Amino acid sequence: MADPEGKNTLKALELLGFEGLKDVKTVKVFDIVMDDKSPGEAEKRVDEMCRRLLANPVIHNYSIKIK
Amino acid sequence: MKASQVKVCVLRIEGTNCEEESFAAFKRLGTKPEKVHLKQLTGADVSHEEKRDLSDYQILVLPGGFSAGDYVRAGAIFAARMKSKLSKDLIEFIRARKPVIGICNGFQILVETGLLPAMSGVMSEVPEAVLGTNDSGRFECRPTLLRKVNRDSCVFTAKISPDKVSLIPSAHAEGKLMFPLDRSKKIVRELEDNDQIVFKYVDPEGNLAVYPWCPNGSTDNIAGICNREGNVFGLMPHPERVFFRFTHPDWTRAPDGPGDGRAVFESVLEYVTKRL
Repeated sequence: MADPEGKNTLKALELLGFEGLKDVKTVKVFDIVMDDKSPGEAEKRVDEMCRRLLANPVIHNYSIKIK
Repeated sequence: MKASQVKVCVLRIEGTNCEEESFAAFKRLGTKPEKVHLKQLTGADVSHEEKRDLSDYQILVLPGGFSAGDYVRAGAIFAARMKSKLSKDLIEFIRARKPVIGICNGFQILVETGLLPAMSGVMSEVPEAVLGTNDSGRFECRPTLLRKVNRDSCVFTAKISPDKVSLIPSAHAEGKLMFPLDRSKKIVRELEDNDQIVFKYVDPEGNLAVYPWCPNGSTDNIAGICNREGNVFGLMPHPERVFFRFTHPDWTRAPDGPGDGRAVFESVLEYVTKRL
């Protein structure tokens, strides 16, 4: 998948003098605030959110971090 | 059914911006198009007078644009909103063999909703394909050439000859149709077998060709696909922008006649007037 934002960022970083950069890739982060008591339950719900809206399984991998 | 009785629902939410041209194309053919906000179908925050029922329409159009600002992914929000409240109505509409067309952002919405490619059933639970960022990494906005490869399933292209190279403009940043990489070839073969591939990007001679003829790097040069029954159709280029000859870039030099996009609307109207 083309990542024009990553490519442009790489170019700009190189122009600023940063050397030895191999690649820049952008990712999307959704910070979801919820009132679930159990982390396991929250993770299950967020996984469902990823499946049904936040990620398209054809091109995306996703990971979930509970804080 | 007469053309003047055919009601067309041009469905929009915030950020849709091709509803006028889509409306105008159907209006010109003598049908009764209406620009309908999604809220009017779901019944949320609308008055009784504004409320509409999808089953009252014969054709559903998802026009182009940047619905909901293309947040999350192009078409994802529109798709989620439709799925939340309109799934049952949509499935009934499609099962009744009523036609649905998604143009550009509309195609992205159909894919995100799971209504295309719909390899099995009417609507998949999660998307089976994606319209990803163009290989060029740019918004590609210019005339593109299409050749119909559909044999006879798609109700939107019956009046287009397979030899014809149609000029239909593209304007998108995410138009690269992709399937899960490990199964992509198999899926394309299945789509071919099911007669679900409708248009491919070609060069002026009608041959498959790479960029810039194919603006996005789409799998097998695919520009548009339909469901197995042929009544749900999505494509990235904009037929509604070339309904009239005078919106073709070469209109002063080419012979007079209808615009290349007009046949899409005429085909579906013929289907509806004869079959529904």
